[in-house]
Amino acid sequence: MMETLVSNIPKKPKTNKLYKTLIFIAVFSIIIWAFDGLNYKGIMVTASGTVSGMIRGFLNPDIEYITNTTVDGLLNAVIETIAIAISGTFVSGILAIPFALFASQNIVGEKVSKVGKFIITMIRTFPELILALIFISVVGPGAPAGILALGIHSIGMLGKLYSESIESMDIGVKEAIESCGGNKSEVLFRAVLPQVAPEFLSYTLFRFEINMRAAATLGLVGAGGIGAPLIFAIRSRRWDRAFTIVIVLIITVTIIDFISGKIRKKLV
Amino acid sequence: MSDESTEKIVIKKPFRFKFYFTIAIVVFLIFGSAYFAGFNVYEVITNLGQTFRLLDKLFLPPAWDYTERIIGPLFETVQMAIVGSFLGAIVAFPVSLFAADNFIENKYVNTPVRFILNIFRTIPALVLAALFVAVFGIGSFAGIVALFIFSFGLISKLTYESIEAIDYGQVEAIKSLGANKLEVLRYAIIPQVLPQFMSYTLYAFEVNVRAAAVLGYVGAGGIGQTYERNLAMRYFDRVGMIIIVSFFAVLIIDVISRNIRKRLV
Repeated sequence: MMETLVSNIPKKPKTNKLYKTLIFIAVFSIIIWAFDGLNYKGIMVTASGTVSGMIRGFLNPDIEYITNTTVDGLLNAVIETIAIAISGTFVSGILAIPFALFASQNIVGEKVSKVGKFIITMIRTFPELILALIFISVVGPGAPAGILALGIHSIGMLGKLYSESIESMDIGVKEAIESCGGNKSEVLFRAVLPQVAPEFLSYTLFRFEINMRAAATLGLVGAGGIGAPLIFAIRSRRWDRAFTIVIVLIITVTIIDFISGKIRKKLV
Repeated sequence: MSDESTEKIVIKKPFRFKFYFTIAIVVFLIFGSAYFAGFNVYEVITNLGQTFRLLDKLFLPPAWDYTERIIGPLFETVQMAIVGSFLGAIVAFPVSLFAADNFIENKYVNTPVRFILNIFRTIPALVLAALFVAVFGIGSFAGIVALFIFSFGLISKLTYESIEAIDYGQVEAIKSLGANKLEVLRYAIIPQVLPQFMSYTLYAFEVNVRAAAVLGYVGAGGIGQTYERNLAMRYFDRVGMIIIVSFFAVLIIDVISRNIRKRLV
């Protein structure tokens, strides 16, 4: 009985074994190459001391720093980080709309949209940290440099997502307005934007979540936010303060993710 | 006459208190943040000339002859990203099984695993790298550990969500033949999520290449370290060259990886 059942199993479709083996070998050798380049110099002599210091710092939060409400305190740094993320997201949310229109096939045609898409990809590829360093030399170290860096860098992602939702919208509304003699700006404000607004808002909120994390790292290069006190604490081996900041950062990001996620679910 | 009668039909919009209230809050948040962060549009515009002066120093012309000295750190950056995402993927798969509520049907396992994964994902890679540089010393090893943890969090989150979204019929079919957990995993789950899992690993690799390029700024190896050294010594033309080379490297890797991902899923 069992044997007849087994014999009824359809044969596996033939696959190109050579092709598969070649791919496997290629991937395997790339990974070997990568591991080969790893120069592991052994763990530093001071590592165990550092780790035990870290654990001690982790268990003894820096209460003085938490309760400090002046400009040098934790609360100020957290609010500044959130402020950078909000302002940066807002700037990019506005700036991304023209870029997105310029990259949408059903607005500007196929050829122009390819150029627009390429520009958006280029913006996305440029690291925000390097943008931050460039803007620091423009507006000086501090939060505004971080806002500008996030504002420009986020165009890359938002522009792409915006243009995708413009391309998938119902084109009938646009045609209806055009057939009534509507001009370009009327098409934009009465057909395009009302349709895509909920998706735009949802993407912008999603980008805000990402920007919260980015804003936390911008301080490492001097562009404001919680990263600056964090890197000072790490460099001066003040582990109690460093881990207090990391824990507060985790809590803040988690809360913001939660709120933003709830709003996004309602929107779409 | 007829005009008036049509006008009467128009239904008055209800006063949308909630709508205006939300807008007021959003406006307050945006202006409040701009004020708190000291963001001044006027100042930005007046300083715009500075930007062009800097761009001029960076790119007109970049130090073309510096290229050969960049290739080494650039390869190191890519190697860091490969090792980080490879190790991250290996650890992520088993862990994601524990986070998926249709494989391990136990809330007391799923919830804590997910909680830990969430924590890993909230810590930015750069912060992890700064911490590991303190432990392992300056060099690419600290960066690899940071990328490993970061990609582990990313891949396992995406994978467990895919596992939860699989077609459960196959699992039930195999279970009804008397298969145990391992056989369910081998014949019902892995075939369904493997392409997605590989695609997520490639995605993590893309993210890691970008991250690895800047990790050096805190001393965690790769091209970022070369960048930081030259910036500190104000060799702007070299910095410009590094930006150009890493930009195109990231762009090429992105294009290749994205094409493979499109084929996978």
